[in-house]
Amino acid sequence: MSTIDKLNLKSTLLEQFKTFENTLNGKSQKPIHKIRQQAIQSFDGLGFPTTKHEEWKYTNLGKVLKEAYAFGQTSPLQKADIEQFFLPNMPKANNIVFVNGVYQPALSQIVSSEDVLVVKNLEEAYDTHTALVEPHFAQLANSEEEALIALNTAFVQDGVFIHVPANKVVEEPTVLYFINDARNENVGVQPRSLIVIEKGAQATFVDKTDTIGGQASFSNAVMEVVVEPNARMTHYKVQNDQPNASYVGTTQVKQASDSYYANTTISLNGGVIRNNLNIALDGSNVESNMFGLYMLTGNTHVDNHSVADHLKPHSLSNELYKGVLDGKSTGVFNGKIFVRQDAQKTNAYQQNRNILLSDNSSINTKPQLEIWADDVKCSHGATTGNLDEEALFYLRSRGIATNEARALLIHAFGNEIVDKIELEPLRIYLENLVMERLEVQF
Amino acid sequence: MSKETDILEEHINSDYKYGFETKIETESAPKGLDENTIRFISAKKNEPEWMLEWRLAAFAQWKTMTEPNWQNVDFPKIDYQDIIYYAAPKKKPKLNNLDEVDPELLKTFEKLGISLEEQKRLTGVAVDAVVDSVSITTTFKEKLGELGIIFCSMSDALQEHPELVRKYLGKVVPTNDNYFAALNSAVFSDGSFCYIPKGVRCPMELSTYFRINTAGTGQFERTLIIADESSYVSYLEGCTAPMRDENQLHAAVVELIAMDNAEIKYSTVQNWYPGDKNGKGGIYNFVTKRGICDGVNSKISWTQVETGSAVTWKYPSCILKGDNSIGEFYSVAVTNNYQQADTGTKMIHIGKNTKSRIVSKGISAGHSQNSYRGQVKVMKRAHNARNYSQCDSLLMGDLCGAHTFPYIEADNPTAVIEHEATTSKIGEDQLFYCTQRGIDPEAAVALIVNGYAKEVLKQLPMEFAVEAQKLLAISLEGSVG
Repeated sequence: MSTIDKLNLKSTLLEQFKTFENTLNGKSQKPIHKIRQQAIQSFDGLGFPTTKHEEWKYTNLGKVLKEAYAFGQTSPLQKADIEQFFLPNMPKANNIVFVNGVYQPALSQIVSSEDVLVVKNLEEAYDTHTALVEPHFAQLANSEEEALIALNTAFVQDGVFIHVPANKVVEEPTVLYFINDARNENVGVQPRSLIVIEKGAQATFVDKTDTIGGQASFSNAVMEVVVEPNARMTHYKVQNDQPNASYVGTTQVKQASDSYYANTTISLNGGVIRNNLNIALDGSNVESNMFGLYMLTGNTHVDNHSVADHLKPHSLSNELYKGVLDGKSTGVFNGKIFVRQDAQKTNAYQQNRNILLSDNSSINTKPQLEIWADDVKCSHGATTGNLDEEALFYLRSRGIATNEARALLIHAFGNEIVDKIELEPLRIYLENLVMERLEVQF
Repeated sequence: MSKETDILEEHINSDYKYGFETKIETESAPKGLDENTIRFISAKKNEPEWMLEWRLAAFAQWKTMTEPNWQNVDFPKIDYQDIIYYAAPKKKPKLNNLDEVDPELLKTFEKLGISLEEQKRLTGVAVDAVVDSVSITTTFKEKLGELGIIFCSMSDALQEHPELVRKYLGKVVPTNDNYFAALNSAVFSDGSFCYIPKGVRCPMELSTYFRINTAGTGQFERTLIIADESSYVSYLEGCTAPMRDENQLHAAVVELIAMDNAEIKYSTVQNWYPGDKNGKGGIYNFVTKRGICDGVNSKISWTQVETGSAVTWKYPSCILKGDNSIGEFYSVAVTNNYQQADTGTKMIHIGKNTKSRIVSKGISAGHSQNSYRGQVKVMKRAHNARNYSQCDSLLMGDLCGAHTFPYIEADNPTAVIEHEATTSKIGEDQLFYCTQRGIDPEAAVALIVNGYAKEVLKQLPMEFAVEAQKLLAISLEGSVG
């Protein structure tokens, strides 16, 4: 397919949809295509969000979308090309590889047995696992209001469906590698995944996006996650991509009673990054954790938007995002807690803490509570500041140089999040990355 | 439980205590809004030519604007042609003492508990009583005049000090600031004007009681307070309006200017008719209040107790332009039945070493929706800016809502900003503690709510604190479900 016209990305994508439709031949009567058609209509109606849109007030996609991107490009990448991005010290892991947003079974490696972990092409799974796919796919992620979700849904084809059957525990971590091939031209990718953790099952996931080559990339990723009663899912997101790699990712989670979901997002490098993490606590006794660390330099922009939507009583959500901003980097945090009328006895906590290190860095934060139930305990807090002068003085009075003292304090600040990572090889990997960053900075 | 329910019922059923109507003949402009209405208002008030032009320019801007819809409130569309934009008591008496004031009016104030005589004799509060847009009497004017303080109605100020009004009017809230500010600029009927000269500390609390009286009258107040170098003033604004069935629009503009080392303290008790228990009637209160700390070391402090109005939409703000300037915002907002409030503040840090403090206490009961919306913005050059914000919400009953929308924008690494918010209901253990010591639940709730709001109430001047506590008690006694 062709390179996108710079001036009118939207109309080019609409054109591209028609071409895409023609290549489907007999498949265009399938229910999945009805969803695509509705989605492209929504996208047509909504258009790309601008900063006039309240949810995009602080993140300007305009500059990113001004570039030309080739969407739907195939890539000759081989295993040898992508192994450099694999997380170290994880020999026994399920590696699920996407190249340019397309799931590549040939490059992927599943070590868990078939009865514990099912990994399939999403469109095929729509036919073979209809009962698991149909009620969730494109149902959790709302195409009607979110233009980028609609755009992703419209072009959904080779996504991945991951299923953990009831009461199974996946011992090995499952890592989703989203590799973008930008060696020859700017590339636009739209990976899609659906994860269903059935009741009583447990699994750990990591997702990581990387770009090969010097050209720009734009990812528009959507992941839908269903955590059924009593199930547990731990989810890590690593963002350490190139400065011209921009990313908009939506993770839409639905939790049933007694389930547990934890998301930890670590953002270190990239262009314009927008993470949408939306959790519906659709059951009682649900626990949801949202943790994030963004340590930024250069021109990186990271926008973390999260929603904890408490629909039923007796649930707990806990959120902590921390940011360290240097250079000309900008950070955005928007956390929403909704407590619906039925959701009595809800406990919801939200914290956002930021350190600004340079004159040109900035942070915009908007912690938001919307509460319609009375018997709840909800709190949020946000702070912005510099390093504590007294703590610096304490360290310096003990003979530690200023730059080391600063590094030490920032390390301690960031470690509160990194320490929460239970997956040991990942934690060590990220600790090293943070240390490297601090050594460069100070 | 049943007792608590009873109390809740009783409270919800309690009527608006200040719902009486003063029978004074009024002279009104015909309904509707066009250039002629504005010319009528301007001519009635014998305004200088530049003032009329200013109004007409604002009107032209207003026509190009659209009503904002981003706020978290919901109300039927306002028909701006169905409003009387000017209503004045027929004869504007020039009075030198209180004996000459219409006795009906004096009774009104007595019912509100602000007998002018008593205040004049005992408390030393100068009251500029505004009934339906026109100032009736100004007490203590002479006494203030000796110090060079100008405290008069806006119309008098336009006659006697046009140069001051012209210099400062619209400097803090420009005519095109927002839809309702533009409307106000075009049609404002009266308001208070206050100028404190250099180095003068105003010896008494200045106060204005606003009343909305004629049915179907929108009241468009314009207040301008200027504190010159090293001066101090504390200004009180209180509002109670009689019961009405149709919605009345109130779109006021308040501008404060604090020069070098000056301090302005602005306190509001707002108790306008909130509508009946089914959400019928009530005042729309769309107010633009903003102060600028123009000089170094200046300070502006807003304190508000909001218990009335069907829909409230207001954000008293501070622009901290002068170095070392301080902005404060203390608020208690109570909503009950079908009231909606979207209120908060903006603190814009521009100067160096500027500080701001926000304490907001929301209390929602019945079917009401109560939102805090605030912005703290630290500009690039605002070195060492400091902000502390605290917004707590208390919920009573499971049909109401409490919402918090803080916007925090930091562009300077030396800024230290803290924001915290909590939402909860009245602690059952606190209630239990009180009741097992023989305090009935009604009194216990009043006690707890007063304690909850104490941080704000203690900021009010004595005279107001009493009324505010009374209002809180009326609004919320026993609203625990």
